[in-house]
Amino acid sequence: MSYLEYTVKHVPSGARKILFLNWPLALLLASVAGIGFLMLYSVAGGTFSTWAEPQAKRFAVGFLLMILVAMVPIWFWRSMAGVAYGVSVLLLLAVEFFGSVGMGAQRWIDLGFMRLQPSELMKITLVMALAAYYDALPQKRTSRPLWVILPLILIFLPTALVLRQPDLGTAILLLTAGGGLMFVAGVHWAYFAAVVTAAVGLVTAVFQSRGTPWQLLKDYQYRRIDTFLDPSQDPLGAGYHITQSKIALGSGGWTGRGFMQGTQSRLNFLPEKHTDFIFTTLAEEFGFVGGFTLLALYALIILFCVTSALMNRDRFSNLLILGIALNFFLFFAVNMSMVMGLAPVVGVPLPLVSYGGSAMLVLMLAFGLVQSAHVHRPR
Amino acid sequence: MRRPRADLEAAHKNLTRRATLLGGMQLMFVTGLAARMQYLQLEQADEYRLLAEENRINIRLIPPERGEIFDRNGVQLARNVPSYRIVIVRENAGDVKTVIQRLQKLVELDPEELDAALEEMRRSAPFLPVTIAENVSWDTVSKVSVNAPALPGITPEVGLTRYYPMGSDYAHVLGYVGPVSDYDLEKIENPDQLLRIPRFQIGKVGVEAKYEERLRGKAGAKRVEVNATGRVMRELSRKQGTAGQDLQLTIDANLQSYVQARLGEESASAIVIDVQNGDLMAIASSPTFDPNLFVQGISVADYRALTQNTFRPLASKSVQGTYPPGSTFKMITAMAALEDGLIDADDTVYCPGHLEVAGRRFHCWKRVGHGWMDLANSLKQSCDVYYYDLALKVGIEKISAMANRFGLGVRHDLPMSAVAQGLTPTKAWKQSTYQQDWRIGDTVNASIGQGYMLASPIQLAVMAARIATGRSVSPRLIKTIDGVETPSGAGEAMGLNQGHLAQVRRAMYEVVNDRRGTAYGSRSIAEGMRIAGKTGTSQVRNITAEERARGVTRNEDLPWERRDHALFVNFAPFDNPRYAVCVVVEHGGGGSTAAAPIARDVTLQALYGGEPPLDAYPRKDRGRISAQQERLREVRPIARGVGSPEEQA
Repeated sequence: MSYLEYTVKHVPSGARKILFLNWPLALLLASVAGIGFLMLYSVAGGTFSTWAEPQAKRFAVGFLLMILVAMVPIWFWRSMAGVAYGVSVLLLLAVEFFGSVGMGAQRWIDLGFMRLQPSELMKITLVMALAAYYDALPQKRTSRPLWVILPLILIFLPTALVLRQPDLGTAILLLTAGGGLMFVAGVHWAYFAAVVTAAVGLVTAVFQSRGTPWQLLKDYQYRRIDTFLDPSQDPLGAGYHITQSKIALGSGGWTGRGFMQGTQSRLNFLPEKHTDFIFTTLAEEFGFVGGFTLLALYALIILFCVTSALMNRDRFSNLLILGIALNFFLFFAVNMSMVMGLAPVVGVPLPLVSYGGSAMLVLMLAFGLVQSAHVHRPR
Repeated sequence: MRRPRADLEAAHKNLTRRATLLGGMQLMFVTGLAARMQYLQLEQADEYRLLAEENRINIRLIPPERGEIFDRNGVQLARNVPSYRIVIVRENAGDVKTVIQRLQKLVELDPEELDAALEEMRRSAPFLPVTIAENVSWDTVSKVSVNAPALPGITPEVGLTRYYPMGSDYAHVLGYVGPVSDYDLEKIENPDQLLRIPRFQIGKVGVEAKYEERLRGKAGAKRVEVNATGRVMRELSRKQGTAGQDLQLTIDANLQSYVQARLGEESASAIVIDVQNGDLMAIASSPTFDPNLFVQGISVADYRALTQNTFRPLASKSVQGTYPPGSTFKMITAMAALEDGLIDADDTVYCPGHLEVAGRRFHCWKRVGHGWMDLANSLKQSCDVYYYDLALKVGIEKISAMANRFGLGVRHDLPMSAVAQGLTPTKAWKQSTYQQDWRIGDTVNASIGQGYMLASPIQLAVMAARIATGRSVSPRLIKTIDGVETPSGAGEAMGLNQGHLAQVRRAMYEVVNDRRGTAYGSRSIAEGMRIAGKTGTSQVRNITAEERARGVTRNEDLPWERRDHALFVNFAPFDNPRYAVCVVVEHGGGGSTAAAPIARDVTLQALYGGEPPLDAYPRKDRGRISAQQERLREVRPIARGVGSPEEQA
């Protein structure tokens, strides 16, 4: 459907668009970010300036960015999908050659004023590209092999680049989000059955390759998997993170140990407590009530996105919103599974709560697209 | 490309279906996460809370204060004093090298200790204090405190250490404490956690070791909150421990100090025991050593000096040393014969200077012989032949049994290290030890306390006390524990014939007070302070025929370690016995010349409760005794009132 077909007269214009934003969604995002500031204030030992303040500033910038993106008509973004995808892949290649090495992996490009993590951007632009592709593709061709291979290439290219960094967490997120989008777009069941079979085969291959010259993952990644499978075998070494994280969660109980009273985080038993493991601090200090509240807020964000998507008659918007929602879901689901000992420690931050610049900005940008789709929906 | 409306409708329908399905899957996953959260936070909360507390809370022991030790009059013999050490915290010091260089300008640091500290610093967390100088003076502490701004990270710390204010006087009684060694820990089954505190002091020998459990006390504990790297964040609670129990000895500090000084540098020992209740008033061995050397670990050089000294200063000779009792044993032989009814005190034996037994000639010490001897005369002049004769009549078994009744060959129950059992030989003992038959000559030797017969000074003192009272007095060293009096050592009546005992006592009186007695030179002339005793000279060698031919039999001509031991036992006053005394001078020569004079001085000192008046001594001795008293006054630490480390410094 081309933009000419939109019934433009029903779409709000100018500054009035702000009134047509999905405000409940924006409020939910702000609430989650607020919980994040609170927790960053707590893990910094009661200081605002260490983490909470920069995070709040970034959220403010991100919020403005979201509104800015929302003001731009969705058909513009659709037309930019291909370019955005191309630029992201180029940036990933740039990381491959010019990126800085941190924590044993090449992940970002130092732009001077911020560290750009192209893999974060890639999650969104991949969704945009796939949404645009399926928007253009007639329904009856969706399941034809040739038209299935094309989106698969779109998915596998960035995935392979991210895996080379190596960043297993993001790679899995890209694969899952891409696959999810293809599923929503209506690709035939049989393909997914094939993919699941292939995934099982891949997992087998990953484990089989261990210790051979063609080893697929780095040693530390294997150790993380080992540790995940049996944290108790090395409670002070590799299993330390998971064990301490579970202790922090469990000791929270119903209502937690009180704000700034979490001994596990305050006494540094928790690793990376301001980034990947920030949920444990929340659960320790505010207990089940606090943890469940955040989970519920996340679920509501997903619910608002899905509702917004289903109400929209524009196919690109549908797919874009669902893809972004899926990405967001994968973020918090993987992170929470990880800190609760249900998934290996793969280094996925908790969206909007974990301390970190580029992830926050990219997420707000994505929600800007969601808002844009909402504002400019056909009426 | 335009898509037909129908196609779009179909696509949207399909999308709605799929999106609902995907949304449902997401909802399921969220539910799963919530369930997991519920499981961890609600069902297992208690378990994880406990683990979190374990993470957070460390228990640190607070060492208790060790019990103190006093003499019978409350004079402090062992106490705890603050000891200062200099510690450094790497994290606060910043540039460790510069700070230590500055410190070295103020304090002399032992290079060995410094190297160990630097090594420890490399290994331990930066916030943990590391000791760089141990046991420093208050002076050093003040210097460091004054210069604190220039010495970041360096602080003086105070702890408690053992101190023996009387120094060497009690080395052999109290023993000493020292830092727990790995060897100590291995010996103890299930050791108290306290012992794992670095440099914790425990009793190593003597009373300190024997009463370790009571002196140590119970550790207190504090609960501290630590972070993941072990740094203490704050103290949560504190439970004070129980200090160790105090001990009071039966020793009289004043007498002990006198006896120790009187023995001087001789290789000797002396014991004063209260015959009425067994209280050990003094128990001295010389030469002695300063137990304070051991408290924080003795240096190799000091230890070598102590172990290589021929006079064995580390040995507590009064309870560990065993010697042939020599003529001091003759009372036992006499009692055995009298009690057996084989002789009367008036029966006489002719001493021609020797006795032929089984073809072998046993000499009396007096080669020309003593002539006709009865009990009193034989003891007074220490005639050997008289006792050879008695022994042949009584037999070794009865002599040994009588010796046991008087406490010889019996290990007295004393809280001191390596208390000796001595030896009272019997036929069965010889058979089992040497697989040899008892020979009649062995009995002859045993009768005068030679041959296999061995006794420790404490046993001989107890023997004298039992002769003086006729009761089985047993020695007591601990008067009170934690203020509670221990049972008296007065003992039961031994069931001996009082007449026989009186005859032996009378004979002992004559040894000292009769002009012909072997200890006449060491008598007291004060009325009511008369001494009854017995000399002993025990051979540690057999004079070879060759030596006899050369005529080298005089003690003074022999090397020190082959000279005779000099012994003397006594009780006093004769008419109302209060104290029994035993003095043994190793390789000192004759009992009458080497041991008896010491015993007299010690006995009079005990009887007068201090320096005796010169009137108690025979007129011709007074000049010499006066000079000696003056000299001893100067060397005795108690008399000078030295008692605390501050005063020493």
